[in-house]
Amino acid sequence: MKFKTRSILLIGYLSVLMLPIYWMLNMSLRYNHDIMSRMAYYPAHPTFHNYMTIFTDPSWYMGYVNSFAYVSLNTIICLVVALPAAYAFSRYRFLGDKHLFFWLLTNLMAPAAVFLLPFFQLYSALGLLDTYTAVALAHTLFNAPLAVWILEGFMSGIPREIDETAFIDGYSLPRFFITVFIPLIRSGVGVTAFFCFMFSWVELLFARTLTVTQAKPIAVVMTRTVGASGLDWGLLAAAGMLTIIPGGLVIYFVRNYIAKGFALGRV
Amino acid sequence: MEKWSDNKAWFLVLPVVLLVAFNAVIPLMTVVNYSVQDIFDPAHRIFVGMEWYREMLHNSRLHDALVRQFIFSGLVLLIELPLGVFVALTMPRKSGWKTSTALVLIALPLLIPWNVIGTIWVIFLRPDIGLLGRFIDHTLGIHFDYPTVPMEAWISVMMMEVWHWTPLVVLLAYAGLRSIPDAYYQAASIDGASRWAVFFYIELPKMRGVLTIAILLRFMYSFLIYTEPFVLTGGGPGDSTTFLSIYLVKMAVGEFDVGRAGAFSIIYFLIVLAFCYVFYQVLLRAGTGEKQ
Repeated sequence: MKFKTRSILLIGYLSVLMLPIYWMLNMSLRYNHDIMSRMAYYPAHPTFHNYMTIFTDPSWYMGYVNSFAYVSLNTIICLVVALPAAYAFSRYRFLGDKHLFFWLLTNLMAPAAVFLLPFFQLYSALGLLDTYTAVALAHTLFNAPLAVWILEGFMSGIPREIDETAFIDGYSLPRFFITVFIPLIRSGVGVTAFFCFMFSWVELLFARTLTVTQAKPIAVVMTRTVGASGLDWGLLAAAGMLTIIPGGLVIYFVRNYIAKGFALGRV
Repeated sequence: MEKWSDNKAWFLVLPVVLLVAFNAVIPLMTVVNYSVQDIFDPAHRIFVGMEWYREMLHNSRLHDALVRQFIFSGLVLLIELPLGVFVALTMPRKSGWKTSTALVLIALPLLIPWNVIGTIWVIFLRPDIGLLGRFIDHTLGIHFDYPTVPMEAWISVMMMEVWHWTPLVVLLAYAGLRSIPDAYYQAASIDGASRWAVFFYIELPKMRGVLTIAILLRFMYSFLIYTEPFVLTGGGPGDSTTFLSIYLVKMAVGEFDVGRAGAFSIIYFLIVLAFCYVFYQVLLRAGTGEKQ
């Protein structure tokens, strides 16, 4: 009996959580004139018209391509620079290590609004404006420290005797790191990639500022639906739905690690 | 275990330091540069020293935004923490497809781009086409028009925020609960402990570490919030939902008042830095507490 109350409460919460998303799905399957003219709790005549518009118009679907391009590039850059750094923080004591770690972490909490204008100037001075490289680099501001933090947690869980044994066996540091150590913490690398993906995917203030036309991410392209005839709610909802799918897929793949990743408390 | 002492480790951290410094230090210098000058156009600029800082510290709109920000972040903690812990307690204890499904659904809002979050809630709350907006306005008969009524705009932003971020608290609290061995619960049931006793003496202490982190993260992220309320209310009506970041962007990009915005940025950044420092200390202490 008690177990049942718990389940009902959980299902209740999940329903409330899904309701706004369901409502957007409902909108995305209807024509705009239908949305504006009557209230319907479910699409009586579902149409994929809105989705077809997005998939056939390059200015729409290139938004997805751009988003994926900078999110992937950002994740790769962050992992590459963070892996050696996290190893250093977890294994060595060196001059200024604690202060350096704190300084890195402060960037996790840097207000994006503060960096907006200077980023625009910095990246236009470099001629990177309106490229996905600019967005990928800008997102390393918070994602690289985040990756260091998460990876350091996973690495500290590996006993140092493993390193020592390997060095005695004649492994060099790079060879040990790539062939022995990284395979040992591969779930940590997965969790880190997940969080880098997540924060780069959801962040938009930088992405919007640093792109003008060519490299616009999808969530920014969405603002286009503001036309002369008012908003096309159906199209807007369809574009929104399509931004939820990649996130859903990624969560599905890491679902068994996600609680563990959060348990490290290093988000 | 003692760490190895070796300053050559600097070479390992150098790439990340250079990358983050490039992104963090150069822009901050630019902001400092703005904040001490009055710039008419690139050729005409006057050094004004601390002028903008003095002005911003006495700016009543900034004070209002700061007060609003603290009320907002406080409410966020008051609502999301108990709710998140409560939901985590309703999660099934054993892993299986039910737990996995619940986890995937709960984490979903965290993976939605922030302006899409705003869009979802615009669609959900509009009195003409939104499910909830229409329900309140038509079915309940309470006049609801969140873009024009400050109180309703606040409630709307809070609802969106709670919907968006409570899942993070749930995931953290759930991770804490998972670390409790079954033996603890068995011992409690043999002793005939009540549900409340189990919560206060077993579950809450075990969740202390993760809940500390939940408080820190929820406070900081709500303190920096921009995109979601901007899409939903645009900071309005009037200034009623203008939080610090929204006000800053309005000033810097909207009015292109870079001198004042620069000073504001530095003040904002220092407040965040102070909180970061306090939180870092708390976190270090919570971390050592857990290991003992």
